[in-house]
Amino acid sequence: MEMVTSPKKIRRIHPKKFALWTAIVSMLMLFSAFTSAYIVRKASSNWLAFPIVDEFFYSTGVILSSSVILHVSYKAFVAKNYTLYKLLLTLGLGLGVLFVALQYMGWLTLNSDTYGIFISTNQSSSFFVLLVGTHALHVIGGITALMISWIYALKSSTKEWTPRGQLRLELTFTYWHFVDILWLYLLLFLWIQQ
Amino acid sequence: MADINIVEKELEHGGHHDDHGHDDHDHHGDKYQSSFVDRYIFSQDHKTIAKQFLITGMLWAIIGAGMSIIFRLQLGFPDANMAWLQPLLGGWIKIDPTTGLGEIDPDFYYALVTMHGTILVFFVLTAGLSGTFSNLLIPLQIGARDMASPMMNMLSYWFFFLAGAILFISLFLNTGPFSGGWTGYPPLSALPQASDGSKAGATLWLLSLVFFVVSVLLGGINYITTILNMRTKGMNMFRMPLTIWAFLVTAILGLLSFPVLASGFFMLTFDRVLGTSFFLNEIFVAGEALTTRVGGSAILYQHLFWFLGHPEVYIIILPAMGLVSEVLSVSARKPIFGYKAMVFSILAIGVLSFLVWAHHMYMSGMNPFIANIFVLFTLIIAVPSAVKVFNWIATIWGGNLRINSASLFSIGFVSMFISGGLTGIFLGNAAIDIQQHDTYFVVAHFHIVMGVAAFFGMFAGIYHWFPRMYGRFMNETLGRIHFWGTMIGAYAIFGPMHYLGMAGVPRRYYRFDKFQAFSEFTGMNEFITIAAILTFAVQILFVINFFYSMYKGRKQTEMNPWGATTLEWTAPVDAGHGNWDGDIPHVHRWPYDMGRHGREFIPQTEPLAEGEIDGGH
Ligand code: HEM
Ligand SMILES: [Cu+2]
Repeated sequence: MEMVTSPKKIRRIHPKKFALWTAIVSMLMLFSAFTSAYIVRKASSNWLAFPIVDEFFYSTGVILSSSVILHVSYKAFVAKNYTLYKLLLTLGLGLGVLFVALQYMGWLTLNSDTYGIFISTNQSSSFFVLLVGTHALHVIGGITALMISWIYALKSSTKEWTPRGQLRLELTFTYWHFVDILWLYLLLFLWIQQ
Repeated sequence: MADINIVEKELEHGGHHDDHGHDDHDHHGDKYQSSFVDRYIFSQDHKTIAKQFLITGMLWAIIGAGMSIIFRLQLGFPDANMAWLQPLLGGWIKIDPTTGLGEIDPDFYYALVTMHGTILVFFVLTAGLSGTFSNLLIPLQIGARDMASPMMNMLSYWFFFLAGAILFISLFLNTGPFSGGWTGYPPLSALPQASDGSKAGATLWLLSLVFFVVSVLLGGINYITTILNMRTKGMNMFRMPLTIWAFLVTAILGLLSFPVLASGFFMLTFDRVLGTSFFLNEIFVAGEALTTRVGGSAILYQHLFWFLGHPEVYIIILPAMGLVSEVLSVSARKPIFGYKAMVFSILAIGVLSFLVWAHHMYMSGMNPFIANIFVLFTLIIAVPSAVKVFNWIATIWGGNLRINSASLFSIGFVSMFISGGLTGIFLGNAAIDIQQHDTYFVVAHFHIVMGVAAFFGMFAGIYHWFPRMYGRFMNETLGRIHFWGTMIGAYAIFGPMHYLGMAGVPRRYYRFDKFQAFSEFTGMNEFITIAAILTFAVQILFVINFFYSMYKGRKQTEMNPWGATTLEWTAPVDAGHGNWDGDIPHVHRWPYDMGRHGREFIPQTEPLAEGEIDGGH
């Protein structure tokens, strides 16, 4: 009888992870709104194109490597190799901060006399700041999460493997990989739109 | 992947169906309930959070409806002396020094209308309705000890509270609160120099609504996650009550559309603060050209706004539909008619609601061909809506209907939804909408179909689930007076507005008597205002009934007073955080097993008899 009424449900994904993916969907909606507005606006006249300066390509390399490094750090944590885990987590966090710094430097280069691009120079630069800036805010959120994990990694009571610890890392790193891929998308988008 | 699975197992402390525990806390007297503050203020218990949403929503409803009374006075009696309102409104009442007569400041009139719309749409009918009942019913009806993340749930309420606090503060600015309409269209909203309301008032309005979006997203993520992951054993998707289906689709709509609204708000904020011109082009303010603000498009904002705006109206109405379905079925002592059709029409409405937003923009100069596509989708929405109406009527048809406040309000909901839906069909046609756009016809349409109908659903829910919240019943006599007063009052207010609209009376005007064409409607406007005041008075009755019954109402003696099949009535009212004292009940059948096998109702917890087939399938 039991079989007819209720096949035992197996939970495939932790609810917190599910919630994170749901949140990611809503962030994707935000960025799709921005990019579709961009496309609509670009289709009409008076659109000033400007180059994507080198800093943004360096930062892309930085955030991509941070993702890889953090992934290895996660593997190390699961394998209980705590020294490597801590080392790579610190490195990943540093690269995250470097990414934001590079984005900002890229913007400063655009501001410089060579280019003379400011936020209200043209719709194209306004959109540029909107996209890159909002993305940077999401990255800063990720950095905050990484810092929390980093503090946990240093405290003696939480540096050892526990299921909770692993879940925390999985959530943090999933989000980090998301902002990484999001940046790739934005860069590609801006590049194709040029 | 493999190691993740191992961790999953460990995390579950012995699997999903460990009926005693929960990931984050143990039930009953857990650590979250140790002090007064944790228990009643920063509570993480979904039942308490539901009450917080409800009572905050009620407060806002009183404020928002009170505002409408003030501007209705202006519209009904534009020449009356308003000096008596000065103690309340201060400088917003302009006193003529020679005659001593007081008049509402025109700028303030617009601020009132804007605040009324924002408060009612977002704070009352979104947070107050979906926030209250999603919180109360999701864990209880699917058999969960709490939401997936009680912490996020608590934050959702407090972000809502913060949004409210900010908007409330903006009421006291000396340039006044925002006055550009609840839709906040630029360029008016983008340029602080454009009007008083577009100064600090607009900044606070934007800030408030951004926090509101955060609240909706935190809540919605939780509702979706909880419904999809935390159902008790046996509660498969097609055994979920229609309330849960409605809350699920509501939360998904919010999750997908509110970020788009936020994108528009961010761009508007950029325009206001950083000198960009996303939404501005060739603007003149007081004869002076803003030469640097070129290249943007105000229509772009309209697209972003209505991409939320239309789903938003369903975010408001779907929870009401869910509550009404449940109340009608329980009151008629019959299964809901066409359960699966109901589920699929909720889903269809959900999908279609993203494809019709431009029907709010027929007059924005859009390509008539594109307008036609939106006409098509708009009219298609009428199909699932009609299916639902048909099924509600079929549910009570021939049923042994129990008449009480909850069922009366549910029937009232159906009536309002039909009336308002019919006018929607007119507006949905671009050719007719060219006449009706921005007239009182639209005001009548959306107040009936959304405003009043959603309030009716909410009232039905409150009367029905009051015992589940407070262990007492609301007073039935007062409830019926409340119902009849509101039902007659609402039609008296909004019925004549259809006529005004067809005669061309525009919305958002400060006074009509100076126009030759509209001065003949003075009597009608007076009538509407008087009806509004009386209807408002009846609502006070409800508030009194609510708080009186909380402490002095008739005590609930049986656990399941309405004879419902669903799980929320199997949990004791005084159970603390965690809902069920013992194990979470398992579910064996669909939620509408009523009037079968000679039994009045069969609870969802009762196992199927030998060879019995579950009714929903
Ligand atoms: C048969 C279904 C419906 C159709 C065809 C329909 C159509 C329309 C159209 C075309 C407009 C724009 C009128 C104008 O501004 O010129 C409109 C306005 C509106 N509708 Fe509906 N509607 C329907 C159902 C609903 C429902 C169920 C709700 C809410 C629960 C709703 C809420 C609103 C609101 C709030 C507005 C006005 C917004 C504003 O301009 O401030 N409608 N409707
Ligand atoms: Cu609409």
